[in-house]
Amino acid sequence: MEWLSETSVLRTLGDVEMEIAALLIPVLTAAVRAGTPVLYATLGEIFAERSGVLNLGVEGMMLVGALMAFVVTHMTGIPWLGVLAALLAGGLVSLIHGLLSITLRANQVVSGLALTIFGTGLSGFLGKRYIGVPAESFRPFPLPVLNDLPVLGPVLFRQDILVYLTYLLIPLASWVLYRTRWGLYIRAVGEHPEAADAMGVNVEGVRYACVTLGGMLAGLGGAYLSTAYTAMWIENMTAGRGWIAVALVIFATWDPLRAMGGAYLFGGVNALQLHVQAMGSALPTYLLLMTPYLFTIVVLILATRETARKRLGAPAALSIPYTRSG
Amino acid sequence: MWKVWIVLRPALSLLLAFTVGAAFLAIAGLNPIKAYVVMLEGPFGSWWGVTETVVKATPLILTSLAVLLPAKMQLWNIGAEGQLHLGAIGATWVALFFPFRQEPQWVIPLMITAGFVAGALWAGIPGVLRAYLNVNEVITTLMLNYVAVLWVDYLIYGPWKDPVSLGFPLTPLFPGSARFPTIPGTRIHLGLLLGLVGVFLVSLILGRTRWGFEIRVIGDNPSAARYAGMNLAKNILLTMVVAGGLAGLAGVGEVAAIQGRLQRGISPGYGYTAILVAWLARLNPWATVLVSFLLGGLLLGGDSLQIAMGVPVSVVYLLQGLIFFFVLGGDALMRSNGVAK
Repeated sequence: MEWLSETSVLRTLGDVEMEIAALLIPVLTAAVRAGTPVLYATLGEIFAERSGVLNLGVEGMMLVGALMAFVVTHMTGIPWLGVLAALLAGGLVSLIHGLLSITLRANQVVSGLALTIFGTGLSGFLGKRYIGVPAESFRPFPLPVLNDLPVLGPVLFRQDILVYLTYLLIPLASWVLYRTRWGLYIRAVGEHPEAADAMGVNVEGVRYACVTLGGMLAGLGGAYLSTAYTAMWIENMTAGRGWIAVALVIFATWDPLRAMGGAYLFGGVNALQLHVQAMGSALPTYLLLMTPYLFTIVVLILATRETARKRLGAPAALSIPYTRSG
Repeated sequence: MWKVWIVLRPALSLLLAFTVGAAFLAIAGLNPIKAYVVMLEGPFGSWWGVTETVVKATPLILTSLAVLLPAKMQLWNIGAEGQLHLGAIGATWVALFFPFRQEPQWVIPLMITAGFVAGALWAGIPGVLRAYLNVNEVITTLMLNYVAVLWVDYLIYGPWKDPVSLGFPLTPLFPGSARFPTIPGTRIHLGLLLGLVGVFLVSLILGRTRWGFEIRVIGDNPSAARYAGMNLAKNILLTMVVAGGLAGLAGVGEVAAIQGRLQRGISPGYGYTAILVAWLARLNPWATVLVSFLLGGLLLGGDSLQIAMGVPVSVVYLLQGLIFFFVLGGDALMRSNGVAK
């Protein structure tokens, strides 16, 4: 008799675990999906800021990328071509910021804001006729072997290809930034452009490369929204995600690996909020929709306090145009 | 010789911006000349059009002051849009719930006060965070814009919804005593007077008061200001709060004069356009009046274009971005040639 009750206790525990897992896994899976577009944009902005250029145009670049990806996917039926278009478009519009802030040494805050206003206007203007139009999209597929892992399998390895790409891209970015000559140049240009210049590094060249890379990745983040997260174009569909990326760069202390944590945290809040809505909670929808924005503010407060305490500051030359003296 | 450039340079920048804009219009399959004619005729082609441009300029004056005042001390208030929405909420609260039947003359002053206070408190959040915790105000003010619009949505879909609106998300129409007076035959309303008084007060504060002096010193050199014993945190907070209040007044005007109720779309992005206004006005309070009129014309021109040719209103923001780029680029070119400043 004794052993019987023991197994039943074990069985109940197992059931509870199963129930928690059944509740948690869909939310975590959705968190990774929701975090991915922000992750791309955050990674891009990390590179721009590491080289000393603050680009507040992320929101605008994401929107242009989202629209271009959608239009090309709609016309060709090939989402990969959409991604390519988003990379090109994002890189191209970021060059405006590059020209203004690097070559012409204009105020980076104003130039970035202008880029966001421009990108919002451009995508809304050209995108009007694509509202409500269908298009092909990236679909999730399980990665062999890995998707059988408990919890991690369904959460991380039953996603779409653009999510898998981040698993490679983040360690790669980290390696480039900390372990390669290029990374050294980028950090040198962002911390001490005079010294980098004296070393023979092309300060303007490195900054242009980083801003363009930032624009391409923001465009890719936008493409994720319109060709994977949803398969449609909606005006202003980024809904502030570009700005959230700018905040997450600070949270991540300009580190790609930490950006992953920040983006999934944001994704988690977003997914949880949607989950609560879907369960038909008594909480009004509009109050739930506020949570990602409030979360961003809270995260920013915590990150600001931590960076101040640990003296993990921004790149020393961030948002300061470089003029060669003499 | 260079005097000519001072006038010519912004004109050239505008010309270039509209030329590139024309290319985008052509890409979208529109005749750019036709489109620009419509955009000019709407706001400036008739007396009615001009009065409507003034109507659009009214919230722009107030929100651009909300950008300008903090910008004087190198603070970026990107949140005028949200502060405007809070002002509208504050005014609506008074209009709907104040027991005004006995003393209707108090309703409008109370709406103005409530709108100012609501906008001020809303801007106070990023103000406190920046003043005492050094949290980046660009991101916090911007995030709060989204939250403010969602508050409006929450109220008009929920507790403040008109029971007889047939499901539409609107509050009930305000009673007559809660409507701003207008110039007969036009929609120009009391808000314009508030805006002009605001311009006068802001220029007085900046030019003639101890507080304005501190704002300017902090903007020029924060560490010098600190050595001189100025309280940076207090100044940051005070400036943000007053700025938010001014933007709140813009929201009061939109519900009390234009809409007559709280509903969606009370602002086509006045708070964002305000950034361009403040900046084109070179942070000069009096110049915001003229620039607000011009950009009010651009907003109205966008509306005309949508009505006449079905062009999405976002074309206005496309053009605003281009104006920003060319003026910024022109400034930078001048500076690198050692001419300006």
